[in-house]
Amino acid sequence: MKIHKYDTVIVGAGGAGMRAAIEATKRSRTAVLTKLYPTRSHTGAAQGGMAAALANVEEDNWEWHTFDTIKGGDYLVDQDAAEILAKEAIDSVLDLEKMGLPFNRTPNGTIDQRRFGGHSRNHGEAPVRRSCYASDRTGHMILQTLYQNCVKEGVEFFNEFYVLDLLLNDVDGVKKSAGVVAYELATGEIHVFQAKSIIFASGGTGKFFKVTSNAHTLTGDGQAAAWRRGLPLEDMEFFQFHPTGIWRMGILLTEGARGEGGILRNKDGERFMEKYAPVMKDLASRDVVSRSIYTEIREGRGCGPEGDHVYLDLTHLPPEQLDAKLPDITEFARTYLGIEPYTDPIPIQPTAHYAMGGIPTNVEGEVLADNTTVVPGLYAAGEVACVSVHGANRLGTNSLLDINVFGRRAGIAAAEYAHKNEFVELPEDPAKQVQDQVERLRDSNGTESVVALRTELQECMDANVMVFRTEQTIKTAVEKIGELRERYLNVSVQDKGKRFNTDLLEAIELGNLLDLAEVMAVSALARKESRGGHYREDYPNRDDVNFMRHTMAYREVGADGKESIRLDYKPVVQTRYQPMERKY
Amino acid sequence: MSTPTLDKHSAALDAAESTAAQKITVTFRIRRFNPEVSADAQWQDFQLELDPKERVLDGLHKIKWEQDGTLTFRRSCAHGICGSDAMRINGKNRLACKTLIKDINPEKPITVEAIKGLTVLKDLVVDMEPFFQAYRDVMPFLITKDTNEPTRERLQSAEDRERFDDTTKCILCAACTSSCPVFWNDGQYFGPAAIVNAHRFIFDSRDEAGEQRLEILNDKDGVWRCRTTFNCTDACPRGIEVTKAIQEVKRALITRRF
Repeated sequence: MKIHKYDTVIVGAGGAGMRAAIEATKRSRTAVLTKLYPTRSHTGAAQGGMAAALANVEEDNWEWHTFDTIKGGDYLVDQDAAEILAKEAIDSVLDLEKMGLPFNRTPNGTIDQRRFGGHSRNHGEAPVRRSCYASDRTGHMILQTLYQNCVKEGVEFFNEFYVLDLLLNDVDGVKKSAGVVAYELATGEIHVFQAKSIIFASGGTGKFFKVTSNAHTLTGDGQAAAWRRGLPLEDMEFFQFHPTGIWRMGILLTEGARGEGGILRNKDGERFMEKYAPVMKDLASRDVVSRSIYTEIREGRGCGPEGDHVYLDLTHLPPEQLDAKLPDITEFARTYLGIEPYTDPIPIQPTAHYAMGGIPTNVEGEVLADNTTVVPGLYAAGEVACVSVHGANRLGTNSLLDINVFGRRAGIAAAEYAHKNEFVELPEDPAKQVQDQVERLRDSNGTESVVALRTELQECMDANVMVFRTEQTIKTAVEKIGELRERYLNVSVQDKGKRFNTDLLEAIELGNLLDLAEVMAVSALARKESRGGHYREDYPNRDDVNFMRHTMAYREVGADGKESIRLDYKPVVQTRYQPMERKY
Repeated sequence: MSTPTLDKHSAALDAAESTAAQKITVTFRIRRFNPEVSADAQWQDFQLELDPKERVLDGLHKIKWEQDGTLTFRRSCAHGICGSDAMRINGKNRLACKTLIKDINPEKPITVEAIKGLTVLKDLVVDMEPFFQAYRDVMPFLITKDTNEPTRERLQSAEDRERFDDTTKCILCAACTSSCPVFWNDGQYFGPAAIVNAHRFIFDSRDEAGEQRLEILNDKDGVWRCRTTFNCTDACPRGIEVTKAIQEVKRALITRRF
């Protein structure tokens, strides 16, 4: 075991982590620990753009953006946070341009903008061009630009260091963060990083679904580490299903395709979104479009031999426009489906995409131990966190924005905290939990396999807690996940070595997915209403009287060692927007 | 209501939507190496059932999950954007997640080995540090002399933006660099990927450090080592015209115009 000491430690090297690192490195001695190499993170898979009311191509302002974000989140958004997001969006985009990001340009040389779902002119009148983009690889360009600037600033990376545990210690009765424990993939060695401040920026947890746009490595590692140390998770029942994933594969095809004029059609060729969202049509918010697609499929208007998908039709758009604006996604259709999107519609289905919930933070990125108490020295930003700017449903282009705005804020706040505070003493035997976990898995002769459990989990989640949920389906999921968690205790790996043991890594990841899936299902069961991405067929309406509040889930361990989940609630911050019926 | 336009289906769309299972048996012949077990690398054959529409990465996963958990490779996004899974498949550098079984003749054993020119650490995993060091050496970030930050974005014409579009697509997968015979024989050569990333800034109208980057690449281990074999262009999973970019850097070194 090795012990390292840094002022600031950042866990994760995606957009939020690297944006934080650029700020933190200038102000404090900083280390970035990442499970992958920095440019491998899933920020790079984001395509369509980053929202900011630059008003470069038509009238726009940040207040409209704030409203759209709050309405898009079905009023579960904390309105003070949404206002910060929309206001700071403008400088965030300009900062990236100054760092070198090659945005597409208008004829007069300013940053070009395009339409995106849920973003509107004057509180819902018509779609507005708010998304700043770099072809259909905006996330790739953000990730590359941030990495380039990390190289410029000399950010210190620990590549392929997998953080498995968060160390907290009591100081005069206050629970403070003391460090993290990481497993070095190349050697199997365990490292303890003591730090004055820690930022979790480790991304989402989409891999508990089968059809997902998420990378194999998005397994909720940060959320699970915080959870096991008794910190709450907020709004975990809210998961976004992106309307246009490649059928069966789940690979993302950007909403920018519809922003450029693409149309969703059912087997009769009908533009069905006109029925569900007469104003915004194909550019309604993602939860609305995904439900509409499944409604079409359930009512027998799906495409293909099994009627289990619909089409994204780009065939009416000029090939030059597709080549210039959507080159990557048209190539995905050619590579993975063998079809030509100039002339063929693309078979698509909703794909599990984004966790709105996560580790609760305030607008400075400080992690909350309950509704109000901050954990001194601990921060979170990006998909791992819940600020909450996305509420019950995130708008497209608001996540690339979120990582930049709140990554930057967390980086500055964490470094400043490190300046003003001393190291917190490490708990006794700090690596013990991780050592035990690794050894148990590596030495186990259990009869359960990781792949079998993971496959069962993913199938269960797709079948029971996806776009449509009922009390019965969610109960089925809770029961199944409980069974899988029991069986997980008897899991073993084949690779018993220390060097690059990815077999072991997958077993650890599965443990995280199982814990978080349970939190999600239990949170979903208790929310007896429909809001944003959480749709209950048995409670199809939004219930502001009883559920205009954030879910806060806590892990409890009884005297007998038995784990359970306790649910509590946190009020939504409302400033100037009263909840209204949500129509697109 | 808009007019239905999709009454005719192409054969390709019908094939894409087919749900009929058509598994075939394929052999993966994988170059295994694990210094914890043996100092020597060896080929190992695996037989498995795959749909020809599946990816080589799906095959590797199937082997790892169902036959041999010790098989080790890097991967993340699984659709050609993160750059983790460059490997040598049937002797050619590709991303395992962008290579479909049907496109590589599944009748014969499919050979899979680590990319060349970088030290193999285990099975298909190589040491990426020398690759990233070469990248860092070309100063891969925008440099401007003006210390006064503009309050709005810098203006750039669509044409100027287009000038370096191709080289912004790089995902740092190392498929190009590790396909280059010069790089195999001389680890000091910067390699195509680093030059591509220098090109991305040299030809960006906003950047002001083109001369410095050209001097770095004028080094004996710089662009002049390129022998124009086009291996890099063939290998690039992003379709970047790598050799062309290298030639443009060479030309800029001669003319000092870019």
